[in-house]
Amino acid sequence: MYDFAYRKPASVADAVKLLATEPEAKAIAGGQTFIPVLKQRLNKPSSVVDLAGLGLSGISVSGNALTIGAMTTHAAVARSAEVKKAIPGLAMLASWIGDNQVRHRGTIGGSLANNDPSACYPAAVLALGAVVKTNKRAIKADDFFQGMFTTALEADEIITAVEFPLPVETSAYEKFRQPASRYAMVGVFVAKGPAGVRVAVTGAGQNGVFRVPEMEAALAKSWSPDAIAAIKVSPEGLNSDIHGSAVYRAHLITVVARRAVAAAA
Amino acid sequence: MAFEGIGASVKRREDGRFLAGRGHYVDDMNRPGQLYAVIRRSDRPHARLRGIDTAAAMAAPGVVAVYTGADIAADGLGGIPCGWQIHNKDGSPMAEPMHPVLAIGKVRHVGDPIAVVIAETKAQAKDAAELLAIDFEDLPGVADLRAAAAGGAPLVHDDVAGNVCYDWHIGDKDAVDAAFARAKHVAKLDLVNNRLIPNAMEPRAALGECDVAGNYTLSTTSQNPHVIRLLMGAFVLHIPEHKLRVIAPDVGGGFGSKIYHYAEEAIVTWAAGKLRRPVKWTAERSESFMSDAHGRDHVSHAEMAVDESGRFLALRVSTLANMGAYLSTFAPSVPTYLYATLLAGVYKTPAIYAEVKAIFTNTVPVDAYRGAGRPEAAFLLERLVDAVAHDTGIDRIALRRANFIPADAYPYQTPVALQYDSGNHEVTLAEALKTADYAGFPARRAEAARRGKLRGIGISTYLEACGIAPSQVAGALGARAGLYEVANIRVHPTGSVTVFTGTHSHGQGHETTMAQLVADQLGLPLDQIEIVHGDTGQIPFGMGTYGSRSLAVGGSAMVKAMDKIIAKGKRIAAHLMEAAVEDIEFKDGAFRVAGTDKSKALAEISLAAYIPHNYPIEELEPGLEETAFYDPKNFTYPGGCHVCEVEIDPETGVTKVVNFVAVDDVGRVINPMIVEGQVQGGVAQGIGQALLEGAAYDANGQLLSGSFMDYTMPRADNLPNITVGTEITLCTHNPLGSKGCGEVGAIGSPPAVINAVVDALKEYGVRHLDMPATAEKIWSIIQANRPKMAAE
Repeated sequence: MYDFAYRKPASVADAVKLLATEPEAKAIAGGQTFIPVLKQRLNKPSSVVDLAGLGLSGISVSGNALTIGAMTTHAAVARSAEVKKAIPGLAMLASWIGDNQVRHRGTIGGSLANNDPSACYPAAVLALGAVVKTNKRAIKADDFFQGMFTTALEADEIITAVEFPLPVETSAYEKFRQPASRYAMVGVFVAKGPAGVRVAVTGAGQNGVFRVPEMEAALAKSWSPDAIAAIKVSPEGLNSDIHGSAVYRAHLITVVARRAVAAAA
Repeated sequence: MAFEGIGASVKRREDGRFLAGRGHYVDDMNRPGQLYAVIRRSDRPHARLRGIDTAAAMAAPGVVAVYTGADIAADGLGGIPCGWQIHNKDGSPMAEPMHPVLAIGKVRHVGDPIAVVIAETKAQAKDAAELLAIDFEDLPGVADLRAAAAGGAPLVHDDVAGNVCYDWHIGDKDAVDAAFARAKHVAKLDLVNNRLIPNAMEPRAALGECDVAGNYTLSTTSQNPHVIRLLMGAFVLHIPEHKLRVIAPDVGGGFGSKIYHYAEEAIVTWAAGKLRRPVKWTAERSESFMSDAHGRDHVSHAEMAVDESGRFLALRVSTLANMGAYLSTFAPSVPTYLYATLLAGVYKTPAIYAEVKAIFTNTVPVDAYRGAGRPEAAFLLERLVDAVAHDTGIDRIALRRANFIPADAYPYQTPVALQYDSGNHEVTLAEALKTADYAGFPARRAEAARRGKLRGIGISTYLEACGIAPSQVAGALGARAGLYEVANIRVHPTGSVTVFTGTHSHGQGHETTMAQLVADQLGLPLDQIEIVHGDTGQIPFGMGTYGSRSLAVGGSAMVKAMDKIIAKGKRIAAHLMEAAVEDIEFKDGAFRVAGTDKSKALAEISLAAYIPHNYPIEELEPGLEETAFYDPKNFTYPGGCHVCEVEIDPETGVTKVVNFVAVDDVGRVINPMIVEGQVQGGVAQGIGQALLEGAAYDANGQLLSGSFMDYTMPRADNLPNITVGTEITLCTHNPLGSKGCGEVGAIGSPPAVINAVVDALKEYGVRHLDMPATAEKIWSIIQANRPKMAAE
């Protein structure tokens, strides 16, 4: 990696100030994507602003929302009794991210801010109609994801928490893993909750996570795997690489979605 | 004391330090004043080097030197030599283009080293390497074998017409043609043996040093330090061997990829001499992907002629083998003498003809990788036998049995040069089928079908040649090196023993297995024996570890050296006990006078040998240390039967290996637990090749699978519990009877896996599919054949 200054602010306000004043500064959450990127010299930040120690981790249920602090690790989400009770699909998703080491370092906020098109969390956040809370505002999931590695976040904005509306009647996540990286080649989160019936797909789309309205409509009528078995997703706009063509990914979306519904039933 | 000798599953003595993180690897070595080398590599598959501007890099902080191919040439260094020469059909030698240490004029593959930056810190060297301004003129490249062999392809080397390194053949073409003319059936198959990237756990590293007297030391991640000293000293750097020491300390896996002499070894050694400071280079993982020699990469057409009863009459094979951009150390031998000579397999096919064209491409050099040639032969043959079964309707097991070389036909001369010494294929087949409950498979298939899964079972009955190799035979086949092995056994005055072996352990557990062998023969406890390997400064010239040779050849050298120790000990004992030498017998660590209760322990004899006060000094030299060089009379021929059972999810095409049985005949076993571990690891790599792994290049030569994000290594959850069994026929020509176990797993398993996949897909009309059998490939086959099934 290239040399950079390491900064550890004491408050969200200080962190934002550092990021706002230094155009080449980058925030680091769990670093499970960013550190490999640095090691490969694919990024040359002037400073790395560490978001640990800002009090941004923790899980709480109050009223009609499950709130997960941005710096909460995947492992903490996976083993949380509150998450398992309120949104079992979310706990399941977190327990499948990366490997044990990654799950103990990687965070929900880091994953969302990076918006890797193969990341798992965006599928849950979109399917559950969550709200991404930042130091400045609350952003609806529908507005947050704006394409591959692109989000609604501004330069001086960091995620502080993610709020999932409750009650979620049912939810599940299934993924077909890219065999080498084990990232989602096709990951589908299905949910029935305050945001309605939603089906969100990660890993497959060139522009990151997306919803499948035909499947949502079918499931709204009849929540069963058979309801979507015949729905074909167009390969248009899907990724194609040495691990799977767009046509194969399109096929997998239906298979994986059906299995997710079966798991949620 | 628990039994620790031959046949005991002693826990590996070396694992304590490895598991505790106390292994001592090249990158753990740091010397005062050490500099760091970073190689700037080509990111282009094929380009002319119009110029390299080093000024900015030289001026960067901490930089001590920047060298390019021109500097290497100016010092009169040689190119990287090739250790094996193949001759063409017409008798002319193979094309052997210059393999420069640093690129001169052109780069020929992604990863080709262009320049080295040497600086006070690694970060400084990396920073400066980015400042090298390289003026490339991109040229069209070619990565695919068939494309490179076709007329009009870009030339990797301007002076190698058609990119053909050699066009070689073996066998009796006329006899084969005649047999095909009278055959009842001819089964034909086109096969690809997929290109693999080795990925040893420890990346390569090299540390060069030169002292004030001009004595050089290279510490390197090598499977064979003497070979590196010879190749690098004699051919590249022109350093005489007494001034060059090569050390290969703990090495974290090789699988063949650390046999070869690599440019970085020469660079750090040469630079250490120029700068008079230690210079260290350690590969980053992405460098390993583009600079460690790759494996396999064959395209073949095979035909088997069969009579009406299913007897094999003749085999005809035509193979293209990818050499990559340059000839790696032993590359030419792999698709010839380690491949085509194995095409008889376990079958008494009377006539075989094979022709092999080796082709240069704009890819990383290809060389031996676990199995080396033999997996390619076993895959071709065992797939072809299943194709014969498919085409003729003869049961695949009955077909194999009908064509096996019977146990009483050994020694057996094949039509492709080799003479097998021993084997019993019926026994390994029967044991494997029993262990795998082959008879119960139809019920399991039906049960899987009820769950919507396609279940298949496949077998391979393979044979390989290892224990490499008789030097004269290897020499006659083109080797430019001997292939004997050496052991020096030093019995110390108080009776403990140090064994110096020319083999090298990089995961195989030699420190345990070899100590068990010596403990058994000398009647000593294991803790009285130390195995030393990997240092040309301590060990006589040995050839190293590859081709499953360490025990069969290196262990045999130890037996020979121990024979000398015991013979000398008897003479000392006879003197001390005032008996005739013929009356002394050695057993359980003691020399006894036969028929009496007089005896002397080995320690008493060794003490007398080093303190020769009462000693037959007139007729016997003092000391108790012996060296033996052992050159085997033949290869060894392990073989066996692998049975694989798979389940395919037809919705996704994902294949799960649900059962795997390997019954291998590896000859005498010293440590059954270590043998089982070797087989398990080999099978894991074989399943990896069959289902997951495959180096991907674009047509031009850009490496697409350049990291673990895209190159699919097998992981624990890709593998079933592997049941390993051994059946033993002894090697008849070495004193141990051992054959070798390091490669059998990787050789026998890929065809068993693919045969199982094909079996699972048989209702879809599948007769063959190439490796890796990825999910999408299988799903596509199922999609393409669905209408046909529906119509039926």
